[in-house]
Amino acid sequence: MLIKKPSDIAPSEITPESIYLARRDFMRGTLATGVLGATVLSSQNLLADPSYVAAETANKGPEWLNTQIARAKADSQKLSEALTPFEHVSGHNNFYEFGYDKTDPAKKSQKFKPHPWQVEIAGQVGKPGKYNLEDLLKGIDLEERVYRLRCVEAWSMVIPWVGFPLASLLKRFEPNSNAKYVSFVTLKDSRQFPAQASSLSTIDWPYREALRIDEAMNPLTLLAVGLYGKTLPNQNGAPLRLVVPWKYGFKSIKSIVKIEFTERQPKTTWSQLAPNEYGFYANVNPNVDHPRWTQAKERRLPSGLFSPNVIPTQMFNGYADQVASLYMGLDLKKFY
Amino acid sequence: MPVIWRRVLIFTISLFPLFFIVYKTITNQLGADPAKAIVLFTGTWAFYFLLITLSVTPLKRFASQSWLMTHRRMLGLFTLFYAITHLLSYLIFILGLDFSSFGSELVKRPYILLTIPAVVLLIALGATSTQAMMRRLGKNWVKLHKSIYLIAILAWLHVLLQVRSSYADAVLFGVLTALLLGVRVYWALRKTQRK
Repeated sequence: MLIKKPSDIAPSEITPESIYLARRDFMRGTLATGVLGATVLSSQNLLADPSYVAAETANKGPEWLNTQIARAKADSQKLSEALTPFEHVSGHNNFYEFGYDKTDPAKKSQKFKPHPWQVEIAGQVGKPGKYNLEDLLKGIDLEERVYRLRCVEAWSMVIPWVGFPLASLLKRFEPNSNAKYVSFVTLKDSRQFPAQASSLSTIDWPYREALRIDEAMNPLTLLAVGLYGKTLPNQNGAPLRLVVPWKYGFKSIKSIVKIEFTERQPKTTWSQLAPNEYGFYANVNPNVDHPRWTQAKERRLPSGLFSPNVIPTQMFNGYADQVASLYMGLDLKKFY
Repeated sequence: MPVIWRRVLIFTISLFPLFFIVYKTITNQLGADPAKAIVLFTGTWAFYFLLITLSVTPLKRFASQSWLMTHRRMLGLFTLFYAITHLLSYLIFILGLDFSSFGSELVKRPYILLTIPAVVLLIALGATSTQAMMRRLGKNWVKLHKSIYLIAILAWLHVLLQVRSSYADAVLFGVLTALLLGVRVYWALRKTQRK
């Protein structure tokens, strides 16, 4: 009798043990979202992607957060543009609290302690107070969002964040009708942020940013707790950071310790420091140059030496369909 | 040490920054944005060599290290070399040799525009650095080569106009430039008083 040799199973088809063991989480996640068949991050075979593997290796997050991130819903409308590899997303950062060189944040953030973490909610809200990060995230369904990030310095990346819409969190604190703006503050602690002790810094610490309430409530505006399917590395703004993809990167404030609802437009770090260079809005706009360089183009990283990866910058960083209506009637050349 | 050996030694040491950045480039150690890293590195070293060149005369007069005078020309030429490398890296790696955007950048950005006279003067100084040119230009040679002071001021403005998050570089280069130019002003004043 001829016994047929079973067809070989490709290694990529074998479910990794960690995912196999997380099958109950997967089912629970699916039931919770109520959408049968919705894809969860941990159910995708991400272990073949070197960037997801690298993020896994670098991950130092606490168990509760890892579990929650593993259940994150995958991005169903992934951008077609190539993702920027993890080594560059986590190795090329502007996080001046750690130093002024692009490589300083990765080198000097080893001692930073993102857990435990508290966030203060203040201002025009019904439920102000100090909240533990774990409590803030309780009951929140995380999701992966692949966004373009356009730095005001004319370079850009494509990053798979893990987070949740800022709106879903803000509504819980019951903002009142006087809440016209939302301001954010980064931690101030020179023991953890060495550059905050420098006397030659032009920045008046702590770092502050703010959004108009309708910008904050826009479904694109994200609070991120992870990237590449793992918790945020310290240099990327652990444990909690803002991501506003249609604005220059400096609006996406890192390591947030305070969220305040205000009636008047809050002062923000860069627009105070150099008001002719950085506006409150800081919407990505190829038609308004920075005084020292053009914003019409950007270097998509990683960019090769002899073939610089220069691409045209899109209005609102390519998110005009979702956000242009927020600025109807506003002169974007004046309110840059 | 014989002069020739000192020449070889200083020449080799002055090439170290170039070797370093080439090594980092070919071993892929410059991160996500190598263009920016190379431009910043070569520009910084051009300024360092400018400051080293300007230190030769004060070292001779204050520390009696007159042997350095023999090597001033080479140090000056390395200033020119790193400045040209800086400019070429910007043109090739940042602009991708798109000269139309170079033109529009030039007229819009004072910090780039002011480097043009600095580079033209540096080339003029390099071209007239030979013994033959010294003889031919006579007294005018000294006058022409005093433009190194103007070049230093332009280079410092180039740094100052780009300050964003830290004054560290602008202060470092500013203090060193001010010291080296200040000493010349002091000598000039003393000379006029004596007359």
